[in-house]
Amino acid sequence: MNAEGRTAYLNARLLDPASGLDVTGALLVEDGRIADFGPNLFRSGAPSVNEVVDCGGKCLAPGLIDARVQLREPGDEHKETIASASAAASKGGVTTMLALPNTEPPVDDVSVLEFVARRAREIKKTKIQSYAALTKNLAGAEITEIGLLSEAGAVAFTDGERALANAKVLKRALSYARTFDALIVQHPEEPTLAEGGEANQGELASRLGLRGIPTLAETLQVERDIRLLESSGGRLHFSHVSSASALEVIRAAKARGLDVTCDTAPPYFALNELAISEYRTFAKVTPPLRAEEDRQAVVAAIADGTIDIVASDHSPHDQDSKRQTFEQAAFGMVGLETLLALTLGLYHAGHISLIDALGRMTWAPAKRFKLTGGRLKRGAPADLVLFDPDKPWQIDEDRLVSKSKNTAFGGRPVQGAVIRTVVDGRTLYDAEDG
Amino acid sequence: MNAGSAISFPHRHLLGIEGLLPPQIEAILDLGDKYVEQSRRVDKKSNLLSGLTVINLFFENSTRTRTSFEAAAKRLDADVINMSVSTSSIKKGETLIDTAMTLNAMHPDVLVVRHSDSGAVQLLAEKMRGAVVNAGDGRHEHPTQALLDALTIRRRVGRLSNLTVAICGDIAHSRVARSNMQLLQIMGARVRVIAPPTLLPAAIDRLGVEVFTDMREGLRDVDIVMMLRLQLERMQGSFVPSVREYFRFFGLDREKLAYAKPDALIMHPGPMNRGVEIDSDLADDIDRSLIRDQVEMGVAIRMAVLDILTKSLRTEAGTTL
Repeated sequence: MNAEGRTAYLNARLLDPASGLDVTGALLVEDGRIADFGPNLFRSGAPSVNEVVDCGGKCLAPGLIDARVQLREPGDEHKETIASASAAASKGGVTTMLALPNTEPPVDDVSVLEFVARRAREIKKTKIQSYAALTKNLAGAEITEIGLLSEAGAVAFTDGERALANAKVLKRALSYARTFDALIVQHPEEPTLAEGGEANQGELASRLGLRGIPTLAETLQVERDIRLLESSGGRLHFSHVSSASALEVIRAAKARGLDVTCDTAPPYFALNELAISEYRTFAKVTPPLRAEEDRQAVVAAIADGTIDIVASDHSPHDQDSKRQTFEQAAFGMVGLETLLALTLGLYHAGHISLIDALGRMTWAPAKRFKLTGGRLKRGAPADLVLFDPDKPWQIDEDRLVSKSKNTAFGGRPVQGAVIRTVVDGRTLYDAEDG
Repeated sequence: MNAGSAISFPHRHLLGIEGLLPPQIEAILDLGDKYVEQSRRVDKKSNLLSGLTVINLFFENSTRTRTSFEAAAKRLDADVINMSVSTSSIKKGETLIDTAMTLNAMHPDVLVVRHSDSGAVQLLAEKMRGAVVNAGDGRHEHPTQALLDALTIRRRVGRLSNLTVAICGDIAHSRVARSNMQLLQIMGARVRVIAPPTLLPAAIDRLGVEVFTDMREGLRDVDIVMMLRLQLERMQGSFVPSVREYFRFFGLDREKLAYAKPDALIMHPGPMNRGVEIDSDLADDIDRSLIRDQVEMGVAIRMAVLDILTKSLRTEAGTTL
C-alpha cells in the first residue's frame, strides 16, 4: 500500500463511547476507513503516510450523528439546502445527519427518498440518512410503504413535527413495522391539548397573553403510546422530550423492559421558558421551552440515561418566518453548529462525563438507528471529529454558516470547539481554514 | 400631583400597564381629569398637538376604540390618519415590520395600534421612530382601557386604594382583564377574578388575584364589579355549554349583585352582550352603572396619553427628526 489515502492522527486523546476507550494515542485512516488506532500505534516510528495531523492532545472521537435535522430540501431551499446544512454540520462536528421527512413534497414515497439520497451523493459531504413519513402526506391517516421504504434505506418512520394522534393507526403502524424491524419515532404532543398553543402553559404565557401548551399534552401522548407499544410490540422512540412528567413515564416504561427510547435537544436543557420573554420568536420551538423544573429534569435524565440521545433538532427558518408576531412566527431553531458545545456544557457543569456526553451524540444514535458509524473500530468508516473540549467561544448568529440564523443562543459563551471534521477520511472542515 | 406640575414619564411608548409606577399612573389620571373638563366645554379643542401626526393603525375592527382615539387626537388638533388593515391580507405578504418601515416614512409622531396577536404592538414599537400606543394586542394588554377604568373609579369613589374590585367573565382571553389586574394592584386595590375554570388563564393564582368560581361568593362585599365581554363563539360548547347556562351562573343580575356592597358600582368595557353577561336594566341603572362614564373617560384618558407621550417631542419642537 502506498502513502496515497493514508492519514495519521498523532498525539490524540482517543475517545470512543462505544467501548469506553479514553487514551492518548494515534489513529490511522486508510482509504476512508479506520485502519488502526491505539496507544501504541506509531510508537516505534514515523508512519509512511501522505498526511500527518498532530492533534496536540485534543480529543479525537467518532463524528457526531445528529438524529434530528430538517434539511428543507426539497421545497424550502431559501431556508436551507442539503449543501448548506452539510456545511453547518461539518462546522459542528456532525458527520451523519438523520433528515426528517417533512419536506415539500414529504418523504412518504420511495422516489422522494431516492431524490434526497441522490442529492446527498452528488454533494458528497455530510452523510445523510432519511427518515420516511409514517403516514402518507404526514396526514396521520394511512401508513406509508414501510417495507419498501425500509428497503430503500429509510432509517426510521415519523411524521416529523406532527404526532400521529390516531390510536388505531399508530397501533397498526407499530404492529406492521415489526415485520421490518422498523423504528417508529413520535413527536410527543397530544394535538387537541396543544391545538393553537405557542408557549408553555403557565404563569409566563398567561402574563404574555400567549396560548399555552400544557406539559400534559406531552405526558398524555407518551403515556398512551407506551400502552400501544405494550399491546402491539414494536420499537418506539420519542423525539425532543421536554418535560419532567413525560420523562418519568419513559423511565418507568424502560424499567418494565419495553423497547422505547427518547432524545432531547439543547434548547430543552440549556434554556427554559424565560427565553421567550419579550416575545422572542427565536425561542419559539416545538415542543415549547418549559419551566425551570422541567429543564432540570431533562438534565438529570440525560445524565441517568433515560434520555438516550441528544440531537440538534435543527429547524432552519428565514427572517420572514421569525420576524413576526409570536403567534405567527414559525416553530424551530437551528442547532447543527451548536450541538457539541451546548451538550459539552453538561460536562463542564459536572452533570455527565465527557465520554458519556459524547456517547449521546455518537454511539447511542448509531445503536438505535442501526448505523455503521458512531464508534472507533477497525474497518469502520473514518467519520471523525477532532475537538478541543475546553476552548471557549461565543455563539454569534451572524457567523453561522447555515442559511438560516434562527438561534436563541446568540451571545452565549460556550466551551468546546471543533478543530476538524472528517467523513470517510476526507476533511470537510478545518478550523484553521476558517 | 396636579396637571400643572412637572411630570416625569420616562417611557417612550405606552405598550402596557406592566412596568408603570404609581406616580406615572397618577400623572396620566391627573391629566385625564383636566381633559374631562376640556371635553365638557362647548369649545373642546386645544392646539397642543398642532402639526403632529397621529396614525390609528387597526388590524382588528373596533369602531369604539378607534373613534375614541380619533376624537382625542382631534381635540388636541393633531392630524389624524385612520388605517384599517385586515389581518388576513397581510398574513402571507407584508410583515408587520414592513408595515412599520412604510409608516416610518410618513413620519407619524404617534402610532396607535390594535392587533389580534399578543406582542404585536411591542414588535412594531421596536421598529418605529415615533411613540407607540397599544390600543389592544391579542390577549395581552389594553392599557388605555385600564387607565380609563381607573379614572372612572377615581372620579366616582375618590380613590383606588383599598377598594375591592371583582373582574368577572372571560379572564383567559381578555387583555382588558390583564391590564386591569395589574393597574388596580399597582394602585393598591384588591382584585378578585370570577369565572368558570375554563375561562381562567393557567397559573392565575400567580398573578396576585383572588380566584372565585362561584359568583355570589366572589361578589361578597366588593366595591366594584367589572364585567367582561364574552365572545359568542366561546359560549357554544367550547368553553361554556350555552348562553343560558352562562347567564344563570355568571351573568350579573340584581340577585347576584346583592352580595356586593350596597353601593357597589358596575363597569363594562363594551360592547355589552345584554342578557348574556349582564342584565339589561342593571346596565342602564344610572345609580349603579358607570358604563357611560367609561366611554367619556375614554376620550379624556387618550388625550392624556397623547399629551404625555408627545411632551418631549413638543419641547424639542422645530428640530428635525
